[in-house]
Amino acid sequence: MIQTVVSAGLPVGENLMIQKKRMMGKQTEGPGSFGRISIVTGIHGDELEGQYVCYELARRLEEASEQLYGIVDIYPALNPLGMDTRHRAIPQFEMDMNRIFPGNRDGAVMERVAASVVEDLIGSDVCIDVHSSNAFNREVTQVRISQDFKERLLPFAKLLNTEMIWLNATETVHESTLAHSMNMLGVPTLVVEMGLGAAINMDYGNRIVDGILNLMREMGLWKGAVGQIRQPAVVLDSAIQFIRAQKEGIFLPSISHEARVEKGEVLGRIVDVLHTSVQEEITAPCDGMVFTLREYPMVYEGALLMRILMEQGEESGQSCT
Amino acid sequence: MYLKEIYTIKAPYRESMNIRGYSFGKGDKAACILGPVRGNEIQQLYICSQLVKKLKELENNGCISSGKEILVIPVVNNYSMNVGKRFWGEDNTDLNRRFPGNPQGDTTDRITGAVLEAVKDYGFGIQFASFYMNGEFVPHVRMMETGYQNTSLANLFGLPYVVVRRPRPIDTKTLNFNWQNEQTAAFSVYTNKNDEIDDKSARQAVAAVLRFLTRMGIIRYESHSGYISHVIQEEQLTNVHSMSGGIYRRQINPGEEVRYGQIIGQVIDPYEGGVRENITAPTDGVVFFAHTQPLIHEGDIAYRLIHRLHE
Repeated sequence: MIQTVVSAGLPVGENLMIQKKRMMGKQTEGPGSFGRISIVTGIHGDELEGQYVCYELARRLEEASEQLYGIVDIYPALNPLGMDTRHRAIPQFEMDMNRIFPGNRDGAVMERVAASVVEDLIGSDVCIDVHSSNAFNREVTQVRISQDFKERLLPFAKLLNTEMIWLNATETVHESTLAHSMNMLGVPTLVVEMGLGAAINMDYGNRIVDGILNLMREMGLWKGAVGQIRQPAVVLDSAIQFIRAQKEGIFLPSISHEARVEKGEVLGRIVDVLHTSVQEEITAPCDGMVFTLREYPMVYEGALLMRILMEQGEESGQSCT
Repeated sequence: MYLKEIYTIKAPYRESMNIRGYSFGKGDKAACILGPVRGNEIQQLYICSQLVKKLKELENNGCISSGKEILVIPVVNNYSMNVGKRFWGEDNTDLNRRFPGNPQGDTTDRITGAVLEAVKDYGFGIQFASFYMNGEFVPHVRMMETGYQNTSLANLFGLPYVVVRRPRPIDTKTLNFNWQNEQTAAFSVYTNKNDEIDDKSARQAVAAVLRFLTRMGIIRYESHSGYISHVIQEEQLTNVHSMSGGIYRRQINPGEEVRYGQIIGQVIDPYEGGVRENITAPTDGVVFFAHTQPLIHEGDIAYRLIHRLHE
């Protein structure tokens, strides 16, 4: 069933509506309760990977609905105006929606909308917030967890069939995200990141759907089939090498995304097209796997070109499992 | 006066973006004044340009106090200004949400890191800023409640109001918050406009800064004493929301007094022209903020009122 989470009148002949699809299964075991999982996506209007995840998850659940227990809520577009206009932020307000949670009932209109979303999500046993990368960098499937919630979230995260789990150092600004707000309110919320902005990688999407079904099976919400589940690498910031542009120009990578690279290997160049010269040659500072690769070629000094997941045993690396 | 190069960022197909400061006087780093970090803060750029002009005159007349240095950075983000964008052109990042920055970080982190490094040792920091909501304010000085804020000092600008805001997580990435954390007494000065010039409020802002610098013994200048500021905690402002969307007809300006029940705005049906909603004042008070866009959403803040204050 389709439910409207919040509606607000726009100036001319239209309402802003955030809707969800509620799928009801059989009653879960326990004292008369239904388990509930919520899948949210589309906080950033230019991130579309979650569209396929939501569609495919609902399709598989409907196909074997007798195997579903409890409640699955799917929120495919928390920022519908952003999605409609291919705009990362909330159009007109120019605010990053993932910086206004938990919202404010007495605040500006989008702060009120954010507060309504939070209220609707309360009561979920688990929430998964699906993001794409932005339009600049391609990412492998990963769960990002703030260190603050590591103990609680890691067991859930390991079920989600991602390539890696990144235990992020906590930045204060994370406190205004949906995930942080929900975790603070007692709803375990995981952030899944993958692919590239404004695109859909169905292979990645299928992996995440398998992972969500795997998590649901562990929660007793799903008795149906689940694909093969991979074991993610669980890594700290210190196991990741950031490679940034030191010069401006056009970035031409010489390796592909997810490539295994060796220390000293040439990974790409930054060229000056007007003067036909190489501004910078980028080499690998360590052995490892390129899990982030820049796709948008124009770069300024400081632009992120790659992130390398260092191989275990690397001097300063600290992977943990 | 001499020019200080703060930071340069190069682009493949544009001239470099050079962040420059104008330094007046010699000696202790007394005060730093910073202009727009967002591309639509044209009024703020105008105010800074007028301050540079005035400080040049004062320096030529020997009116900068001995042993004091003043730095004015008229603009941080001229790249965005030149292409009509509020945020950083490449990735739409808000530079005023990237402090304290990082010299090893992303492009925008490097810019903000270099700016903070250049301004952090000044005793007083004044930023001409803009708010995230579109609209007009009464001129005021705004401070974050960091524990280091000093409203008595903010009073010395002589503007009608001083607003103290309890920081939310997102505020921790602003210049004001991080400047205060560096032990600079940091103030944000807001006038009524952003992307258009209002000469009257620009003159008021220039006068307020010169008054402050005079009172702190940094310059010698005769100016009007200004206001004894009214100090407000931001959460004490009364928000007046519209209950419907449509064409918006504003009826009251910032700074004007309203009475309980007075009609202060109307939402007009965009198709049929009738009045969809009369927005009324929920309290007596003075208008601190007014929504100025011609359209309004259901739930937008049409006004913020200073509860039970009279002109």
